[in-house]
Amino acid sequence: MDSFLLQILNGLDKGSAYALIALGLTLIFGTLGVVNFAHGALFMIGAFCAVTLNKLLTLSFETVDETKTDFLGNPLKVETPYVEAWFGPEFGGALIDWSVPLAILLAIPVMVGIGFVMERGLIKHFYKRPHADQILVTFGLAIVLQEIIKYYFGANPIQTPEPSALRGSIDIGTMIGFEANRIIYPIWRLVYFFFAMVIIAGVFGFLQFTTFGMVVRAGMADRETVGLLGINIDRRFTIMFGIAAAVAGLAGVMYGPLNPPNYHMGMDFLVLSFVVVVVGGMGSLPGAVLAGFMLGILESFASTTWATTTIPGINQIIIYLVAIIVLLTRPRGLMGRKGVMEE
Amino acid sequence: MSKSNLTRRGVLKTGAVAGTSLAVPTIFTAQSVAAYTNEPTGGTVTLGFNVPQTGPYADEGNDELLAQQLAVEHLNGEGDGGCLNTFTSKALKGNGILGKKVQFVTGDTQTKSDAARASAKSMIEKDGAIMINGGSSSGVAVAVQGLCQDAGVIFMAGLTHANDTTGKDRKANGFRHFFNAYMSGAALAPVLAKEMGNDRRAYHLTADYNWGWTQEESIVASTEALGWETVNTVKTPLASTDFSSYIAPVLNSGADVLVLNHYGGNMVNSLTNAIQFGLLDKVANGKDFKIVVPLYSELMAAGAGENIKGVLGSMNYNWQLENEGSKAFVKSFGEKYGKPPSNSAQTCYAQVLLYADACERAGTFNPCGVAEALEGFEFDGLGNGKTLYRAEDHQCFKDVLVVRGAQNPTSAYDTLEIVEVTPVEQVTYAPNHPMFGGDEATLGECNPGA
Amino acid sequence: MLGLNRKDTTLLIVVFLLTMLAPFLLNPFPADSAMAQFNAGYPDLMQRFVIFGIFAVGFNILFGLTGYLSFGHAAFLGVGSYAAVWMFKLFTFNVVPAIAAAVVVAGLFSVLIGYVSLRRSGIYFSILTLAFAQMSFALAYSVLSNPKFNLTNGETGLQVYADDPQIFAVAGSPNLPHLFGLSMRSTYTMDVGAWSFDFNAGYYLCAVIMLVVFYLSVRLFRSPFGMMLRAIKSNQQRLNYTGLNSRPYTLAAFVISGMYAGLAGGLLAAMDPLAGAERMQWTASGEVVLMTILGGAGTLIGPVLGAGFIKYFENIFSKINDNVLHSWFAFLPDGMEDFMVTIIHPFVGKGWHLTLGLLFMLVVIFLPGGLVEGGQRIARLFKRNTTQTPGNDPEHHPKPSPHVAE
Repeated sequence: MDSFLLQILNGLDKGSAYALIALGLTLIFGTLGVVNFAHGALFMIGAFCAVTLNKLLTLSFETVDETKTDFLGNPLKVETPYVEAWFGPEFGGALIDWSVPLAILLAIPVMVGIGFVMERGLIKHFYKRPHADQILVTFGLAIVLQEIIKYYFGANPIQTPEPSALRGSIDIGTMIGFEANRIIYPIWRLVYFFFAMVIIAGVFGFLQFTTFGMVVRAGMADRETVGLLGINIDRRFTIMFGIAAAVAGLAGVMYGPLNPPNYHMGMDFLVLSFVVVVVGGMGSLPGAVLAGFMLGILESFASTTWATTTIPGINQIIIYLVAIIVLLTRPRGLMGRKGVMEE
Repeated sequence: MSKSNLTRRGVLKTGAVAGTSLAVPTIFTAQSVAAYTNEPTGGTVTLGFNVPQTGPYADEGNDELLAQQLAVEHLNGEGDGGCLNTFTSKALKGNGILGKKVQFVTGDTQTKSDAARASAKSMIEKDGAIMINGGSSSGVAVAVQGLCQDAGVIFMAGLTHANDTTGKDRKANGFRHFFNAYMSGAALAPVLAKEMGNDRRAYHLTADYNWGWTQEESIVASTEALGWETVNTVKTPLASTDFSSYIAPVLNSGADVLVLNHYGGNMVNSLTNAIQFGLLDKVANGKDFKIVVPLYSELMAAGAGENIKGVLGSMNYNWQLENEGSKAFVKSFGEKYGKPPSNSAQTCYAQVLLYADACERAGTFNPCGVAEALEGFEFDGLGNGKTLYRAEDHQCFKDVLVVRGAQNPTSAYDTLEIVEVTPVEQVTYAPNHPMFGGDEATLGECNPGA
Repeated sequence: MLGLNRKDTTLLIVVFLLTMLAPFLLNPFPADSAMAQFNAGYPDLMQRFVIFGIFAVGFNILFGLTGYLSFGHAAFLGVGSYAAVWMFKLFTFNVVPAIAAAVVVAGLFSVLIGYVSLRRSGIYFSILTLAFAQMSFALAYSVLSNPKFNLTNGETGLQVYADDPQIFAVAGSPNLPHLFGLSMRSTYTMDVGAWSFDFNAGYYLCAVIMLVVFYLSVRLFRSPFGMMLRAIKSNQQRLNYTGLNSRPYTLAAFVISGMYAGLAGGLLAAMDPLAGAERMQWTASGEVVLMTILGGAGTLIGPVLGAGFIKYFENIFSKINDNVLHSWFAFLPDGMEDFMVTIIHPFVGKGWHLTLGLLFMLVVIFLPGGLVEGGQRIARLFKRNTTQTPGNDPEHHPKPSPHVAE
């Protein structure tokens, strides 16, 4: 029972990341009809917003400590971050400590900006082109973005720790009546889950309860008619692209403390998030979220010792196996609309 | 690969048959019969450095490349000479190899055996490389070693830790300076027993491919010999980026030590996840919970950051070693590149010098002569202390370092501290050890190609 | 000639000349000059050009004609390689049974996957093929290489060992893949002045096979069957309403292209007896998609151009290091030299991915029809002056072919 609950928690956590990336992808599919292979790269750039902010806050000046030596035997240079010198070690230190949550503030404008530039500068010209061309150009873009990050940050993963107040784990088991040490879960993973829920709720609320969202939904259903009504649907879709990029970016920012970001983390998620979107059903936002959590939970269960001893290798293939079963039993995924990307 | 000695007449005929629209050339040079693949004929000799330059191990590969470039400089008598001054063999004069100036070409392995073989082939076929050096994965090392055996050039492995490289997949043309999983186990086990006691219960997470398995096998064997119990061994897919679902059950399993048989990005993530779950703060079976990472590297330590504090592991070399060769190498590398060398950099540097030295002593570049000169060669002064290149399996035998993540590092470079230098006797094994292919494993015949 | 119209015959002859003369065309620079870095005429790369050309031509039969975008084609290439290496291990190093087995096994495998995947269309089909290929990759990488049942030898790749049975091995034949005794590695090097040209047995075997399968694909493009496939691409629904069942046609196209992939995999193993699991990974499947789109999907020669383009970058640009750069610009004054090296440095050597990514974008933005369209535009510029001079084509770009499909 306890290990069952533990894997549910793990699944929700994995599912949060899948759902957030898939949500953005579906928004782009649904509104613009574009296959965006650079979406994983947007997730990665989000994570590197946190890395960058951390680097900026820890920009340091050097003082020489004569008592110690460095690896060549010269006096050791001790680095002190400017923010600690300016704001005092306490406030400056707190700024550095909280750099990941703070990076959200940096990431929103950066990601929306990147989204706008991408849509206006590149994607716009590909609406009428075949999906294959969209794949090629966005894949090229993904490689370029990835290589730029690699050029500046290297290929090695970079630690971006969570604030020390949110570090470590809590014993959920004791809260709900289990023995101690049965269900231990890291605090930041819970934070990530709640953060994802807030973002998902925000996106749905925005689309459901605002006039802007209503127009966008109408445009997703029938772009031509909405255009004929004299509404500038293109501009709204551009904004949606920015929002989709921001969702991916925010998913990345908060992901950093879970697993240290590296330049190819986007590619690791790219294929998975496509599978999630398609399993959820093309053009369906709730489908993407549902599939994200479903695959996350199934992946967690498949990695238990029980599962891997019953079917060797199940943990390697579970996601793809589920995708095949879902697509064969439900032709348009879980909640897909007829006619979207079926050509 | 056969090269024909074309006569002027033959070439003319071939040219005519091919019906080329090229202007008929007026000068032909018939090639002399080579005694072995890529015999250097001019005033230079070309070495091939095959390292990952793209993909997750790109930084590791870059470090190897820097070290190899440094070695070439030293061979050609540029720079401060580095380990040439401390190396016990004095055959190298700083005038290249056998009087020929050393050049090098580079290739990208992409850490894929296919791509690695393609780039090695390109260096051999196109650039005339006489040996291939480097790499940072065992799969790649075994694949390229097989290629070099067929092509008739010497392969000097870079970072490869699986037993198979000099075990069941050993080759007459292949040489490994780096240590292996068996040595890690043999060196670590006594330190683990000393620090954690003889009655520990271990839980293994193992990367699900060849290297992971051999390491798990080695560590399980050597810890169980000391009285430890293995609670569970779980294989994790190589492509995993998040290990939470593998870490979560550890605490409930009755284990009190977690062994992470992971390398590179896998290890950085699994260790980070383990720390997140607070494993190190827990008490299990009345003992403090511990984590062990059998194979460490500087880049992994950098990626894992603070999480490595207090975590034990093993290494082939560390720049903090205080012997003459190590000091000379660190000085030379540090002054040129502004950072201390990593252990894979040291291996690649040493391999280049060892190869060059063997050529000098053999008086030829012929792979068979070079191999013979390397077999059973004992040396010192390259940083690891006294070392033997064993003839039976082309594996180097030297002291192994047990290291621990430092509690209070003073800079980005001393995040690991040396706990113990395990003497070579303790990590030596028989060439026909069952983990190394048993009696069936043979080097085969040395192949000079041509 | 050969049942082809005049334009196709010309194309076939051009391709024939280009493949046969490739050792000259790809080595335009003297061996010792600084530009020799750009020579691509060494056996391994020439083999890769034609092998991946075959792979892409096959992929194009499915994607270019029917519009079904498979994201799992690398699985068939991988399966073909494994089948070939197993033939080497069990029977003989002769490449004929190995290549035949590769084609057959990949064909069977593609019947299986195609039958299931073709129940869906559009992106659902793509994801199904992707899922099958990723499962094959994951299993080949770990589960199928466990010590008890080692079918694939995992990350190292399946290799031939000295203690393998090889029951039909003929005494005295080379201990490497060979064609009735002719080793695939045997190479004749011809030195002409400062130039050096390699004629490799393996390459010519691949080239001949490529010519044959290229000819088959031309025939297929022009056949009623090919017409039917194109009808599926333009409007499958309408086709179904006429009472035709399109599934057998798409399945046939899928299996044919799977067999092409298997053939490519078999040839890869025949040139270098190792089969690695990475050959089946989604990145490898993605690569053939990129090759086809980059060259020009639905055209005859496009996929071959795309394959050559990508393999050229992978093998040539990745080898340009700072040393090479310095030697190029050595004629400049010191400051200028360092400046030029700094500028070019991020794009070559370890940065070759960046250049490739940029070129993908540039090609698809400015040449919507891929490289073939680029060729057509150039051809239009020189319409008056169409003398064929294959000798002046260092990058192995066959002449533009305006008579392509559609």
